[in-house]
Amino acid sequence: MIKRSTGLYEQFSRKGGDALRATHYCAGCGHGIILKLIGEAMADLGIQDDSVFVGPVGCATFCYYYFDCGHVSAPHGRASAVATGLSRVLPDNPIIAYQGDGDLGAIGFNNAFQAANRGDNFALFFVNNSIFAMTGGQMAPTTLEGQVTTTTPFGRDTVKAGYPLKVCEVFETLEAPVFIERVSVADTKRIMLAKKAIRKALQIQKEKKGFAFVEILSPCPNNMREEPVKAAELFTETMEKTYPLGNFRDRSEKPVPTPKGVPLKNEKELIGGGKETVATKNDPSFKERRFKFSGFGGQGILSLGLVVAEAAASDGKFVSWMPSYGPEQRGGSASCSVRVGGKEIGSPTIDDPDVLVAMNQPALERFASSVREGGTILYDSSIKTNIGFPAGVRAIPFPASSIAIENGVSKASNTAFLGAMTGLGLLPFGETNIKAALAESMSARPSLVEPNMRVFETAMKWITDNLRP
Amino acid sequence: MRKFVRGNEAVMIGAVYAGVDAYFGYPITPASEIAHAAAEYLPCLGKEFLQAECETGSANMMYGAASAGKKVISASAGPGMSLMQEGLSYLAGAQLPAVVVDIMRAGPGLGNIYPEQGDYDQAVKGGGHGNYKCIVLAPASVQEMCDLTILAFDLAFKYRNPAVVLADAVLGQMMESLILPEKVSDVPDTDGWAVKGRKETKDNLIFSIYLDADRQEAHNFLLNKKYEEMKKDARAESYLTEDADVILTGYGTSARIARSAVDVLREKGIKAGLFRPITLSPFPAKELNACATGKKIVVVEMSNGQYRDDVVLHLENKEQVTLFNRMGGNLPKVADLVGVVEKAAEGKA
Ligand code: SF4
Repeated sequence: MIKRSTGLYEQFSRKGGDALRATHYCAGCGHGIILKLIGEAMADLGIQDDSVFVGPVGCATFCYYYFDCGHVSAPHGRASAVATGLSRVLPDNPIIAYQGDGDLGAIGFNNAFQAANRGDNFALFFVNNSIFAMTGGQMAPTTLEGQVTTTTPFGRDTVKAGYPLKVCEVFETLEAPVFIERVSVADTKRIMLAKKAIRKALQIQKEKKGFAFVEILSPCPNNMREEPVKAAELFTETMEKTYPLGNFRDRSEKPVPTPKGVPLKNEKELIGGGKETVATKNDPSFKERRFKFSGFGGQGILSLGLVVAEAAASDGKFVSWMPSYGPEQRGGSASCSVRVGGKEIGSPTIDDPDVLVAMNQPALERFASSVREGGTILYDSSIKTNIGFPAGVRAIPFPASSIAIENGVSKASNTAFLGAMTGLGLLPFGETNIKAALAESMSARPSLVEPNMRVFETAMKWITDNLRP
Repeated sequence: MRKFVRGNEAVMIGAVYAGVDAYFGYPITPASEIAHAAAEYLPCLGKEFLQAECETGSANMMYGAASAGKKVISASAGPGMSLMQEGLSYLAGAQLPAVVVDIMRAGPGLGNIYPEQGDYDQAVKGGGHGNYKCIVLAPASVQEMCDLTILAFDLAFKYRNPAVVLADAVLGQMMESLILPEKVSDVPDTDGWAVKGRKETKDNLIFSIYLDADRQEAHNFLLNKKYEEMKKDARAESYLTEDADVILTGYGTSARIARSAVDVLREKGIKAGLFRPITLSPFPAKELNACATGKKIVVVEMSNGQYRDDVVLHLENKEQVTLFNRMGGNLPKVADLVGVVEKAAEGKA
């Protein structure tokens, strides 16, 4: 005779001890009944081998003693988050989570709520016995008004401890859940209805139709200090006034919504689009150069730095680029530091630049004094300032903004500075590389390349005409 | 192939080449560009990206996906790392591989978004509850942000243990050339322990509870044995240490600042060298003692001596250490560091 599968192990060997056929639950505990209902439904639907069960922390922590399927034991309150993770990487498998009312209603409420709101694809069984059963009968969010627990010895006072949390009613406000029902396992009639709801939730999971939620009212005779039959009667009488049974939602017949598609690519297509590797050349004779580019955000400071960095890198230099960071970045100003060297770069930040490009007055006044001896300061000649420059530093007022405007691209002052630096020989890594890097920086807007090249050439010419003997 | 990229983006490039299956994370400055890259890359690769409701959520989503033997990653900073500690403890207890990237910012509390290294103890000493350690790797360049993310996955799966890539805001925000990895890592065989929703893996169990004291103790001994074994994977880099009289040591951004200081000191005729740990856990104690014995040591860090304490702990001679540190988002200045080392070398510190 072939024995009908129950979805549970025949012997609970994970439990250890002698009584390998008995569960660890107290007599009359609802968990034991729920366990059987879920196990049977899994077996009948034939999903045992494919399912992953996520257990909670509480009296049901040890449900992995019993279910004959893959099992992950979650941290307290996190079964929904763990099930979310699993359902995302095993999209075709039934994922089943099980949480008590402390676990789901208190510490893990947001995780469960957010999973419900995302419509994460798992079945969630929520066992409500109105108490923290395992830790000694403390108040749970679901504890009834006036109910005496070890942390509400005078009865739950809703003024101080809030009201019983109705999770079905809360989840009912969300768009994504496919199925929401509240059932009870307090007596045979109710168990039959619970069986149907549990089976339905698992059917939905078998078909991977979305988030299915079943709240199960489950008596805890142990904490009620009543014998099982009496406990169940009393439980039904008190609980169902606050937690009415019934189906809140069943959208399982509706078509499953599909996410918007994205273009599929392989790794190479996605990130492989780099440049031919130019090996960095160790060249101890190349003295490291430190550039500081500064001005207002929006003046193209960061991209000027990037063009210099890219030009140097494609010439085999060691390069680092660092945007303004820390207290330096105040009041809408922007700056970046670029180091170019013939060996590995140490600190990417720069305290004392060799070259300072200042595109506005605050930047000029802030950084001018930091430029090292023998260094160069290039600043827009429209800046009015009367600060003194450090000795041994060459300060050049340069008409970057007028050159940009003259060429019809008023925003290209940064390109003018690039031309000026090139003309002054401050960028010793090849004009071709610089121009290529400049063109590449505008690859998203090719129409800007030509006018920017004009700006670059005009700036170079200005240097030759005005500064070279 | 070469790309000029931000450190944070390099992390995700590394993750992609490591064959990552899923990213779960919550945005936080200065780590958010990692999430941005993940959101852009992973769906196109048919992989999973999910913005979680909080870092407690993301760590536990990782726990779930890692249970299925998948390669999972998340990134965060300061306050978010604190929320992840619960998950890291469970991941370690249940022996699950996962990679978390910490782009350290200044703290404690809300602190600010500027670079610091104040999460050292949290990452290296455990951070969450119980007897466990994370594998901790400390990149010091954009290239290493990528390469050490790949190594973090390798080690996490080798030891079935969470790995932390401990970087800071400078490394996350700066750009450098990145040589792209050549190929995508292989898929490791995890059928022996993962729960994959298949008949063959049905009897595998992911858990970290042992009600019996002796079994819990045995589990802790087993984890400890694993941490001992990891020591053979300790890594460090030395720069000009062979003939040095004074050794500067730091990790990450501090190590780069120290490297600049070493160059300045050498120009001045002071024989300085740099010892840079690449793995902070396991700590490269053998390598440190090999190059530091009998020499002055100047520790550079962007925290309150947390790394110094480990250097002292692992050194055979504990008398030789001077600390130079900055905090709050301020970076140590090369010139200041040079001054401290000069004094130390003269024996005045
Ligand atoms: S304490 Fe209550 S919930 Fe826990 S096993 Fe016993 S009866 Fe069930």
